[in-house]
Amino acid sequence: MILTSLKRFWALFYARNLEFVRDRSSLSWNLLFPVLLIVGFAVVFSDDNKTLYKAGLIGANHVELRALKHIDWVTYEDLDEGLLQLKRHQLDLMVDPKQKRYWVNPHSPNSYIMERVLQGTVSSEQWQSWQKSEIDGEPLRYVDWVLPGILGMNMMFSCLFGVGYVIVRYRKNGVLKRLKATPLMAHEFLAAQVLSRLSLTLSVSLLLFIACDLLFDFFMQGSYWLLLFVGLFGAVAMISVGLLMACRTRSEELAGGLLNLISWPMMFLSEVWFSLEGAPQWVHTLSACFPLTHMIQAAREIMINGAGLWDIADHLLVLWAMTLFCLALGAYWFRWDQD
Amino acid sequence: MVDVLEVRSLNKRFADVNAVDGISFSIPEGICFGLLGPNGAGKTTTIEMMEGISQPTSGEIFYRGLPIDRRYQQKIGIQFQHTALQDYLTVRECLELFARFYQHHLPIEDLIELCSLGEFLNRDNRKLSGGQKQRLLLAIALINDPDLLFLDEPTTGLDPQARHNFWQLVDRIKKQGKTIVLTTHYMDEAQTLCDDIVIMDKGRVMVRGTPDQLLNDHFATAMIRLPNTSGVDRLDGFPYDVVHFQDKLEFTVDHVETALSTLLAFNVPLDGLSIEKPNLEDLFLKLTGHSLRT
Repeated sequence: MILTSLKRFWALFYARNLEFVRDRSSLSWNLLFPVLLIVGFAVVFSDDNKTLYKAGLIGANHVELRALKHIDWVTYEDLDEGLLQLKRHQLDLMVDPKQKRYWVNPHSPNSYIMERVLQGTVSSEQWQSWQKSEIDGEPLRYVDWVLPGILGMNMMFSCLFGVGYVIVRYRKNGVLKRLKATPLMAHEFLAAQVLSRLSLTLSVSLLLFIACDLLFDFFMQGSYWLLLFVGLFGAVAMISVGLLMACRTRSEELAGGLLNLISWPMMFLSEVWFSLEGAPQWVHTLSACFPLTHMIQAAREIMINGAGLWDIADHLLVLWAMTLFCLALGAYWFRWDQD
Repeated sequence: MVDVLEVRSLNKRFADVNAVDGISFSIPEGICFGLLGPNGAGKTTTIEMMEGISQPTSGEIFYRGLPIDRRYQQKIGIQFQHTALQDYLTVRECLELFARFYQHHLPIEDLIELCSLGEFLNRDNRKLSGGQKQRLLLAIALINDPDLLFLDEPTTGLDPQARHNFWQLVDRIKKQGKTIVLTTHYMDEAQTLCDDIVIMDKGRVMVRGTPDQLLNDHFATAMIRLPNTSGVDRLDGFPYDVVHFQDKLEFTVDHVETALSTLLAFNVPLDGLSIEKPNLEDLFLKLTGHSLRT
């Protein structure tokens, strides 16, 4: 019985993969679109365009330092957070005026200049009492930051539309009706769709990651296996959302509308292009409802900060819960035909 | 003969429409059973309930004396009126895909031979002509070597040659002893293929029998048709009941020679005269007052 079920699942899985691979125009677009986006952003947001110095400050009220022109001062409550930004060359200097301490990155030319600027604001006698520390780390470019976002966004579109839209098309043109007339069970069909899309999405993303890494030599501090694991959890969660959307939908127009309704807010509120630091709390709350947010945040923590499994466990847990909820509901509500 | 399928008091209701209204019949093994009727008569709704694709609102369906269940899908083959296959799959890949859905299936090569698929075996299924596509869908319907084969308007939209080729194919399948349930609104198709027919209208069974039996029950031997200008409808003492049929005058007769002698005796001009044997289309017209294709 299980063998027969596996045979049916495998036949459908193979057929769906053939469909995807043979659809040349769609396949090319899936591969080319994210590369073009990443190249475009790498060019537009290259470091050459940076015009301001950026420094971190513990404690908000330091009038003398804030009075300096052409320097963007960012206030941090947590010193470690600021030091991490300095390590990644996102800050040029970190200052704790109360403790009379400052941190520089010896590999950053801007850091050297900012140290001289700081020195200029303090009298030479007082400067003797200031304590200097060095934080060393590779620079983080915008392209390093945006890569997980763009790959995640590509996976989101592939998962939502590749499952949701395809199932609705199958329902509308009668493919599902034809399949229903065989001994194929609904769970076998759904499992084949989920796993086919999962394997294709992960394969395409892996290819893209390798290609982009060759082009840009990405920043990668954590484990590649853990990153793959995050990709897997994120993709399954988004496929499940697509499945839930498509479980009863009859028209492709409605399916397209529903999928856009989900994907566009995710694209702007899941930190694909920009950080939500400083955004109102309700935006953060809304963002936390999207699987893409958790996937991208977990991926960035691995790639940029070298996070381990326990550091991102909360994201994985949320993704898993979303998957179970959407998959269970989608399978329960699923209908083969349009009756 | 053993009944393969039996439907009892079958009803199907959609919102405020009774699509099928308490129909009952049984289908003996090894025959081609025709379900006829105009568009909207309830044929497709009925056949989909018999296929197990949709659930009746009320009533029962029995396969070999037992209520149909999940195992029933292993025993039947279905060719739908409107269906599609997965994009980009070749004819051979479609056959292999569907073969894997069943515990037992016929050898693919046998089906290719039976349905003459050899010439376009490696072609994308979307690029097949209407006739080729129907042959592929029939092969898929036969893939599990079913006892019972459902064909829902299989030749709709095909050109005359493709239809005749399809009939030959169905005839070969009939000779293998399979039971076939066919819906169609082509009366020549029903007369050629079916051993037993039910004519439906407005969700109900109107008549049932073999084509010959039904025609004998409802018609005399032949129908004679003359142009309106013949004036045969205005003759005093003319012994036949003349009716208007489209732009002609028509009457049925038991003996053609006698009828012709009578026409000559009444000096009716015979220009444009035609003698026709009534067919199922005529029968339907007589029963319902409207054509099968309306």
